Amino acid sequence: MTDIPLSWVLALSAILFSVGTLGVVIRRNAIILFMCVELMLNAVNLAFVGLAPYAGVQGQVYVFFVIAVAAAEAAVGLAIIISVFRHSESVDVKNFRLLRW
Amino acid sequence: MIQALFWLFAVLAGASALMTVTRRSPVASALWLIGTFFSLAAIYTLLGAFFIGIIQILVYAGAIMVLFLFVIMLLNLGNDYEADIRSHTWKALAGGSALVMLAMLARMFAGGTGAAPLGRTAGVDVLAAQVAEHGPVGVIAVPMYGEYMVMLQATAILLLIACVGAVVLAKRNV
Repeated sequence: MTDIPLSWVLALSAILFSVGTLGVVIRRNAIILFMCVELMLNAVNLAFVGLAPYAGVQGQVYVFFVIAVAAAEAAVGLAIIISVFRHSESVDVKNFRLLRW
Repeated sequence: MIQALFWLFAVLAGASALMTVTRRSPVASALWLIGTFFSLAAIYTLLGAFFIGIIQILVYAGAIMVLFLFVIMLLNLGNDYEADIRSHTWKALAGGSALVMLAMLARMFAGGTGAAPLGRTAGVDVLAAQVAEHGPVGVIAVPMYGEYMVMLQATAILLLIACVGAVVLAKRNV
């Protein structure tokens, strides 16, 4: 079942995580920032699933919980983006300064 | 065969992820991200996690991305988006940090190919035996409704609170 070497899976996971970090650093659109965070969560999920054949099924159970928490996070985050958009007519993160000193 | 499929979907996932980060339009970004999620679902299936692959398509590519696209359409961001990619200083910083991460990765592989933890024969295939015993869904259900029962209920409460919180936050006047 697992003909794929673990190092390939972990390398792909690290590359996807790097791309997600890159997006969080260079973009300013809040929605795209959220998408990059989802990308990073997926990279970690891939590492969990890749390690599951060696460490037991707990890896897949954790992935299930990570997906559930990511769904909750996306709902609340997008609601925050909607309320900020209503306040400043833009989703640029330079407008997210209501709580900054 | 499985390795060739893994390479195909790995390249697809990486390329779609890069397109997600570099497209200027939020709608294009979201569609490329859906491509990444589908490739990752295929990779999960190749790795033997059938249930997680289906959940990835249903929850991520289905529910979460529909939510993203719905918000993009609701805020009407698809037409005249402002330029939001940061200046060259930020790009240099981001590229530098990505290079550092990849260099650490390369160092790990250079030093670790012969060592046990990253090799194919790192451990016994614990999962295959459990799948043979319970089936691909039961292998997750048995620990989830036994050992992880409290975590499961906490997740349920978290989802309820998130639903209420999202409605309260997005309402015009509470």
